Amino acid sequence: MLQYNILIVEDSPTMRQLISFALKRLRGIRIVEANDGVDGLKKLSAERFDLILTDINMPIMDGLKLVSLVRNDANYKDTPIVVITTEGAQEDRERALALGANDYITKPIQPNRILDVAKGLLKIT
Amino acid sequence: MSKEEDKGVHGRAEEFLQVFKKGAEFTQELMRENERLRYRIIQLEESQSNLEGVPASTDENRKLFQRIEELEREKDEILGRIRQVEAENQDFAARYIEIEEENNNLANLYIASYQLHSTLDFKEVLQIITEIIINLIGAEEFAIMLLDEKSNEIQAVACEGILRDNIPHVKLGKGIIGEVAKTGENYFVENVSTYVQDLHQPMVCIPLKIKEHVIGVLVIYKLLVQKTTFAAVDYELFTLLAGHAATAIFSSRLYNDSERKLSTIQGFIDLLTK
Repeated sequence: MLQYNILIVEDSPTMRQLISFALKRLRGIRIVEANDGVDGLKKLSAERFDLILTDINMPIMDGLKLVSLVRNDANYKDTPIVVITTEGAQEDRERALALGANDYITKPIQPNRILDVAKGLLKIT
Repeated sequence: MSKEEDKGVHGRAEEFLQVFKKGAEFTQELMRENERLRYRIIQLEESQSNLEGVPASTDENRKLFQRIEELEREKDEILGRIRQVEAENQDFAARYIEIEEENNNLANLYIASYQLHSTLDFKEVLQIITEIIINLIGAEEFAIMLLDEKSNEIQAVACEGILRDNIPHVKLGKGIIGEVAKTGENYFVENVSTYVQDLHQPMVCIPLKIKEHVIGVLVIYKLLVQKTTFAAVDYELFTLLAGHAATAIFSSRLYNDSERKLSTIQGFIDLLTK
C-alpha cells in the first residue's frame, strides 16, 4: 500500500494531536511531528515527506521562514505545504501563499477542512 | 266460327299473352328480389358472426385497460417510493454530516481533556487551557481568573492578548464576572458582532466549576478575526472545557501545594537527622 509521509510543524502539543487525529482518517499515512521550524528542517533533512503542515507563530523559527527555506530547497520545491494559523488577515494569507505555501487554514481548527486539504494535495480520492 | 267470333278469340289470346308476359316479368322480378334478399341474409349472417366477436374484443380491451391502470398505480407507487428513498438519502446525508461534526467535536473534546489531564504542573495546565481557547474556540483576547476563597476576590492568573495588570480584580458577586463566579451560570453577550470591549463586561464569562463549586472563571474579550460568531458546539465546548479545566487547575494546585509541603517537611527531616 502506498504510504504518505506527513510532517506537522507546530509548537503546541494540543494542536499537533488535533491535526494528527484529523489526518489519521486517511489510509496509508505516517505522521512525524516537529516542535518548531528548526526541528522541522531537521526532520526534513532526515527523510522524504509528501506533505508539510506548519503553524506560523512558533519559537526559534517561525512557519513563514520554514516555508521560504523549504521552497528554496531543490528536494522540496514541489512538496505541498499547508499553513495552519490564527492569523486570519488577507495580507497574512497572501504573504504565505507568495512564499510558496499551497494552502492556508485559519484556526479555530476544523478537522474536516484539514482532511479535505490534505486529500486534495496528496491527490487521495 | 264467324269472323267476329274469330276476332274475339284472337283478342282474348292477345290479352292472355299480355297477362302471361306480365306474369313472367313479375315472376322474374320476384326471383331477383328473392336473390337480393338471400344475399342480404348472407350479409347479415356474416355481420352477425362478426358482431359475436366484438364483445370478446371489448372484454380484452377492458382487461388491458385494467392492466394499464394497475401499472399506472404501480408506477405512481414506485415514483413515490423513489421520492421517499431520495428524501431518506438526503436525511441520511444530513445525518452523516451531523455525526461527522459530532465526531469531530468529540475528538476535539477528547484531545482537549487528554491534554488538560496530561500534566500536574500548574503553569503547564494554564498553558494548555490557553492553547485550547485559541485553537478550538478561536479567542484572541481572554483571561483565566481564579477565586481567592480567603479574600473572595477573583484575579487573573493567565491571559492572552491583554496585559494581566489591566484585568480588574473582581469581588465575588460584583458585576458580570463576580455574578458568574457566584451563580455558576454561563454568560454570553447577545450579539458578538456589536460587542464593545470592556474589561469589566466580557463577551463571554464561563465559570470554572468542580461539580457546583466555582474555583474561577474564564473571560473572553475578543475573538479571532475569522471567528465572527459562536456555533452551537462552542457553547457545549465552553461548558465541558470549563469542567475539565477546573479539575486540571484544582489538581495541579493541590499537587504543587503538596509538593511544596513535602519539600518543606523533607527539609525539616534532613535538618533533624543531620
